[in-house]
Amino acid sequence: MSDLEQFRSETRSWLEANCPPEMREPVRDDDDTYWGGRNATFKNDAQKAWFEACRDKGYTVPSWPKEYGGAGLAPAEAKVLREEMSRINARPPLSSFGIWMLGPALLQFGTEGQKQRFLNEIARGEIRWCQGYSEPGSGSDLVSMQTFGEDKGDHWVVNGQKIWTSYANHADWIFCLVRTNKEDKYHGITFMLFDMTSEGVSTKPILLISGNSPFCETFMDDVKVPKSYGEDVPGYVGTINRGWDVAKYLLGHEREMISGMGGGDRTAAIGAAMQRQAGKTGDELDPLLRADLAMFDVDALAFTAMSEKFMDEMKAGKGHPAQPNMMKYVGTELNKRRHELMMSTGGTQALEWESETTGGGKPSRNWLRTKANSIEGGTSEVMLNVISKRILELPGA
Amino acid sequence: MPLFHDDDQAMLADTATSFMAEEGNIAKHLRHWRDRDCKDGFGHGLWKQMAEMGFTGMLVSEDDGGLGMGHVEAGIVLEQIGRNLTPSPFLTSSVLAATALNHASSDLKGRYLPGLVEGDSVFAVAIDETAKHRPDRITCKAEKSGNGFKLNGAKSFVIHGASADMLVVAARTSGADDDEDGITLFAVPKDASGMSHDAVRLVDSAMATHTRFDGVELDGDAVIGEVDGGRAILNAMLNAGRIGAAAEGVGVASGAMDMTIDYIKQRKQFGRLIGEFQALQHRAAHLYSEVEIARAATIKAQQLLDGGSERAELMISVAKAKVAKAAGLAVKEGVQMHGGIGMTDEYDIGLYMKRDRALAEFLGDAYFHANRVAQLSGY
Repeated sequence: MSDLEQFRSETRSWLEANCPPEMREPVRDDDDTYWGGRNATFKNDAQKAWFEACRDKGYTVPSWPKEYGGAGLAPAEAKVLREEMSRINARPPLSSFGIWMLGPALLQFGTEGQKQRFLNEIARGEIRWCQGYSEPGSGSDLVSMQTFGEDKGDHWVVNGQKIWTSYANHADWIFCLVRTNKEDKYHGITFMLFDMTSEGVSTKPILLISGNSPFCETFMDDVKVPKSYGEDVPGYVGTINRGWDVAKYLLGHEREMISGMGGGDRTAAIGAAMQRQAGKTGDELDPLLRADLAMFDVDALAFTAMSEKFMDEMKAGKGHPAQPNMMKYVGTELNKRRHELMMSTGGTQALEWESETTGGGKPSRNWLRTKANSIEGGTSEVMLNVISKRILELPGA
Repeated sequence: MPLFHDDDQAMLADTATSFMAEEGNIAKHLRHWRDRDCKDGFGHGLWKQMAEMGFTGMLVSEDDGGLGMGHVEAGIVLEQIGRNLTPSPFLTSSVLAATALNHASSDLKGRYLPGLVEGDSVFAVAIDETAKHRPDRITCKAEKSGNGFKLNGAKSFVIHGASADMLVVAARTSGADDDEDGITLFAVPKDASGMSHDAVRLVDSAMATHTRFDGVELDGDAVIGEVDGGRAILNAMLNAGRIGAAAEGVGVASGAMDMTIDYIKQRKQFGRLIGEFQALQHRAAHLYSEVEIARAATIKAQQLLDGGSERAELMISVAKAKVAKAAGLAVKEGVQMHGGIGMTDEYDIGLYMKRDRALAEFLGDAYFHANRVAQLSGY
């Protein structure tokens, strides 16, 4: 047996022993996702047990090094773990912007001290992070952002406003783009880290068309951000005034993450599930709806192969560096189409906004939520611009 | 297995890319033979060269004189055939017929495979009977007669039917027209008595035949595999042929796309390069995405088929449908973005449009395969 097969069989037994049956069900409600943080509570014992087993094994962040709370898995092993988890439908034990966003940035740009402290906190689900990027006047044109940090020697005094801060009202800390030099657009931004309980920070949830409020406005009013949290733990990532490098790197990561939402081996095709659903309400799929579902399934399954190819190429250092933009574009457009088809299949039942049958309007609220997919993290139009410029090398793009 | 070519495959791709670009290009072959009204629709010299390169016997086992490679490798050659619009019997002979003959008795293998591998003989396949690909329904009949069979019926869309030495024919030996069982595959010499070939040139300049069988007498040893047991072999041929056609389609799509991107980087209107216009940039970027995804679906299906996975058939239909859509988009956007000259015979982009149309139809179009994806998924 090869090492990898050995690892697969060990992983399979470990999952069998440690992943409770309740954690092998699809995520249905918001509290089915465990986000960690100072104020986190578990929905039930199964969620707690599954999280703790993974935390202790390093499986909340399997490919991070062991000294930072991960399991130090090689890419091929991490792939095996993903495959084995997906085989039994295991839920992610811990979700967080620390895992998806800040962690990768620290692994790339952080000091040893920052990695020791922040990565371990993230891996152990102790601190929940949010991301402060967009501002009311700076959406697609992010680099025009104005939130300003005045240099006061050992700290900055930050004033300004962020928008679309995901779950800022639940977050413990924020990683935040702050302008520290007004003269230089690209080389005048610092990637700061600070506690959301700092004096002067306030948040206000934004009510969306889905009726939910996953995003906030975040206000900073004379917030003191220290330049250092102790030896080798700066209060910023990378270099002062070079935060845009970190942000760009992270936008790439975010695009990968969002693009992944359209993939996933088990959820890619929906036609069969839609036929079952139609059967439950005594309906049959209209032939033209069935045809659209079939065309969707072709695109979704093909994109699943693309996602796998993309991941394999990334790991091997092949593939175009701007490819995440393509993945993000296609993945989000597919996800929007998926929910349009789910609404069409659901018919009038899917219109119910407040009913028990729909779990409080899930189909329609989720459908509306997906409309943000092609806006957040770079709009589809921006993605197409980037593909034109960086991959196709079209003139003047 | 990662979803990209390993070192050996990458080396093969380099070889195939330069070989097809130099020896199989549009000027030397597609235009050359078309403009001379060549009734074969391809050049036998190139077929022989492809044999010398080892391409012809890629899917034939080493024991039978081939290279014993898989569909990823065959797809590498096919992509370059697609990119250069190279007319050749590779898909019908080296992919479809070779897959059938791999299931044949050692006697039949010994009789036919050497000629195929050497590039001395050409094979065609006779499956379709109606204008659309409906392999579930086979009405062409082979009735027992003495020690052999008597073949009656008609086949259409037999590519290279008039220039091939042999045809692999799917016929019904028992049961009703729509039965799964009761199919038998035969290796039939093209000039067997009672056979007639009505050859027509297709939109992509390929030659195909409507072939009639009027009491064609066949020996018992013309049977490939078992009598009444041809469905499994036919399915293997279809799997190989469909994923092969998809790979060729990826070549057509990327050839058309690259040519178009190059063009909009050179063509000036309103005092600027038309590639500067966002209206074209976004469409080009969308096209790029579709072609990349079609390529990924194709290599995934190739790997699943080579690995004997039960998911291969589903993914083959995904790939065939996706490639048809992506390549269709590539050629349509190609002609549109070329503007007026895209409509001229002088420019190659129109040739890509014609080839795409014929290739998409071959062994099932996007509608056929999307429907099949639905059926295989249980709806």
